[in-house]
Amino acid sequence: MAVIIEKHATISEAQRALGSDSVYLGGGTILMRDINAGVVQGRVIRSTDPALTQVRPVGDGFEIGAGVTMTAIAKHAELAFLHPVVRAIGGPQIRNMATIGGNLFAEPPYGDLAAALLALGARLVMAGGQARPIEEFFRDRKRAGLITAIQLPRPRDDRSFSFHKVSRVKPKGVSVMSFSVFLPRDAGRLRGVRIGCIGLGPGPLRAVSAERALEGQVLDQASISRAAQLVTDGMDPPTDALASSWYRREVASVHLKRLLERMI
Amino acid sequence: MSGTLTDQPMIDFRKEFFADERDDNLNEVGKPTRRQDITGHVTGRSPFYDDHLFEGLLHIRCVRSPHHAARVRRIDLSAAERMPGVVRILTGKDVPRNLNTLLSLLDFGIDDEPVISTDRVRYRGEPVAAIIATSEARARDAVAKVVVDWEPLPHVLDVEEAIKPGAPVVLDIYPSNKFIYHGKYDHQKLRYGDVEAAFRQADHVIEGRYQMSPIEQAPIETCGAIATPEQNGRYACYSATQALFFSLAVSSKVLEMPSSRLHFIGGTVGGGFGGKVDSIHEPLAILGAMLTGRPCKCMWDREEEMQVGAPRGAERWYIKDGVMRDGRIIARSFTGYFDSGAYTRLSSYAIIKGVGHLPGPYTIPNVSANVYCVYTNRTPATAMRGFGITGVDFAIEAHMDKVADTVGLNPIELRILNAYRDGDMKAHRRLAKNCALIECCQVVAEKAGVKLSPAMLAASSRKDGGGERARLPISTVTDEHGLVRGFQGGSYGRKGAKPAPLSGISQTMPLATPTASQSPPPAAAPQQPPPRVGSMRFSSISGFRRR
Amino acid sequence: MALKPVTFILNGEPKAAFTEDGQNLLDMLRRGVGDLSPKYGCAQGSCGACTVLINGDPQLACLVLAEAVEGQNLETAAGLGHATLHPLQEAFMQRFAAQCGYCTPGMLMSAKALLNANPRPTRDQVIEAISGNLCRCTGYDPIIAAILDVAEGRRAP
Repeated sequence: MAVIIEKHATISEAQRALGSDSVYLGGGTILMRDINAGVVQGRVIRSTDPALTQVRPVGDGFEIGAGVTMTAIAKHAELAFLHPVVRAIGGPQIRNMATIGGNLFAEPPYGDLAAALLALGARLVMAGGQARPIEEFFRDRKRAGLITAIQLPRPRDDRSFSFHKVSRVKPKGVSVMSFSVFLPRDAGRLRGVRIGCIGLGPGPLRAVSAERALEGQVLDQASISRAAQLVTDGMDPPTDALASSWYRREVASVHLKRLLERMI
Repeated sequence: MSGTLTDQPMIDFRKEFFADERDDNLNEVGKPTRRQDITGHVTGRSPFYDDHLFEGLLHIRCVRSPHHAARVRRIDLSAAERMPGVVRILTGKDVPRNLNTLLSLLDFGIDDEPVISTDRVRYRGEPVAAIIATSEARARDAVAKVVVDWEPLPHVLDVEEAIKPGAPVVLDIYPSNKFIYHGKYDHQKLRYGDVEAAFRQADHVIEGRYQMSPIEQAPIETCGAIATPEQNGRYACYSATQALFFSLAVSSKVLEMPSSRLHFIGGTVGGGFGGKVDSIHEPLAILGAMLTGRPCKCMWDREEEMQVGAPRGAERWYIKDGVMRDGRIIARSFTGYFDSGAYTRLSSYAIIKGVGHLPGPYTIPNVSANVYCVYTNRTPATAMRGFGITGVDFAIEAHMDKVADTVGLNPIELRILNAYRDGDMKAHRRLAKNCALIECCQVVAEKAGVKLSPAMLAASSRKDGGGERARLPISTVTDEHGLVRGFQGGSYGRKGAKPAPLSGISQTMPLATPTASQSPPPAAAPQQPPPRVGSMRFSSISGFRRR
Repeated sequence: MALKPVTFILNGEPKAAFTEDGQNLLDMLRRGVGDLSPKYGCAQGSCGACTVLINGDPQLACLVLAEAVEGQNLETAAGLGHATLHPLQEAFMQRFAAQCGYCTPGMLMSAKALLNANPRPTRDQVIEAISGNLCRCTGYDPIIAAILDVAEGRRAP
């Protein structure tokens, strides 16, 4: 067995070529490691379709091609709400290579952007053209199919989306955990609260109990404290080389509280 | 932070200290100079071992144990042999002398570690076969096709668990999982004065337990070597080794080949920090070149560097101090456990070095230490910057803070109070000279904004030492604790003994393909050491030697 | 296994090489082209020793599929300075910004990319720019100082 690389000019060709026996190569920062280590064998599909690297406004939001890199997002003025997220990922070289689509498939401790997309309630555009909620994708990442673009709402103001990453090394460090919080407001009340996080479970998760504690509330110290206390409710934070489960539980509420306080 | 440059030198020269002991008018010493290899470094042209290109280079990758301890029932190479690009597969039977211990070159310790294990593995990642293939990818693919029938064995991963009765035995030659020092004791001893009597006199007895996890050297260039046939039966070996002649001698020994047939090229090392002295890759690369007639590269990938590469070993220390109310430490005892991992490598030496360092840079009239080199089923440990010293220094200094806290002294003042002064007798019975701890403490206090008392500010390494402080203890309590029988001390401990012959080196050997040979029996034949005569001399490598 | 031809520009010169399926750019540059300045450190995207510029952007050659550089413009440390040393190389020598030298080619390429995009970076921006390059001989301070030397015009860029 060896690696066989197939290049396709269009997404639809790539989609047709992609079967259960093959994998799709995006920016390479995840898959090339496994190719180098001999873990990935067989057919590897890639595509040079320019549509994959486009960002365009759609309705009250954006459609970002799955092949758009972290650097491209960081340079895109209208995507400023995502800049804190993408700038916290990897070093400059990784950001020049890693793509928004690839981050959806990143295993812990990676996946900061995926959690941000989860918080923003992104919809994933599949190669067939249909769009599906990001939650559906996270339920079974292994059999997702080819994603061509990510649709995102535009947060109304600076206070409605915020990101916080906890890492031991700065400026380039992997996440012990990270939080992405989307707080749309309606007449001062929080409506449609979504909190995405990594580092507290097997992949990107929503902090459902904390979301519920904030829903319909005014963002103040009292509601923030209640939400922060519930952040790991129902979660089973992992113990790994970066931190113990105990440590993650202890500090998660502190970090979420700090983040929410910045959003008052 | 702003974009301003820090123009001040990173080293703060305090030339007011010891000016009369120093000559500031030397041509090179004390003057900045441009390193000779820097042009190659900044142009990317420095020749690291992997920067030598060879036509038809073959790649060696090892089949490794997934178990901490296991018996190898059978290795099935048939599927791997059929894989594309596979040229040859090495097993332990191909290694002419498949047993070595690094310090055997100094006649210190018993050969304990195979180049490629044949029957048993003692740590996760230990090699049992090596694939030689036309590319790294093909070698990897073939490694995945080797089927090993493992019989997992009980393992032990903690030093104190390993020395309990009934613990799994890591190496049969050391049945108690402890290295045998000087053919006589299962630990390295230090005895100076009478600690027990001093503990009874002390105002405070302060105990502490300290430990340190293994630390990987993590050079950016992973360890490796390339060997290639030269003319007249010689082999060239390009290596990342930090210890070129060490690697040469190890290769010569395990390949049973005179060193005159080996041409080692090295010296450009992409970071070492101690992790590139173990001479693992050179014998395999040379053996590959011998058996295939082609250049062979043996190189760890990053995962191997982290998992299989020998780290600074874990250590655990118990320290007990007898301290007077005024902060004078009158007794200190140590029990230390070095985690050697599955084989000896350099841990036995690290302990001799470490025990020579006890009780730290402090004049303490009663000192005792029992330090054990313990075998566990962890990755073998080896050298790393100051190994043997670093872990116990951490323990000592953490303990000094605990003592300072107990007696209510500023931690810096406690150190000045107890520091070596010139002329003091040290626990290994040498007089202290060129001491500078007091001055260092004074500078640290100044930089940290810690106010010292006038007496402490006036203290000097050159005052108040010697005299009473130069006296050896009136009596030193000794014991036979940990005495073992049946081990040979090695020639370094015996007067007039010839060093054991280093097989191969300076011996001639016919220019023929080496024949596979059986491993020699693992243990040295039990033998009583001859009577001890002659005066003692201390070597940092081999400890106390008899002249 | 079939070999695929790849053509690209390397340090201003047109180059052609053959690549095997799955081969990374680092391996092709080193073994196929003979440019030994990018170094192998991890093949995992962690160390930055293989940093090269692709169309001006620093990327990790170990994670780039060799055949994907078809038609691209590549720069490596081997192409820094021709008859004379590049100011960054001079500054690295002056500041003792290399000990073992293994991370140096990658560091230089990250520094070059930074100065191309931002000729007057702050110290924090320099730290950010080399954050994807590990140095294990504890040389970050001299490296930062060397890059700032060039940035501040102490050496003509």
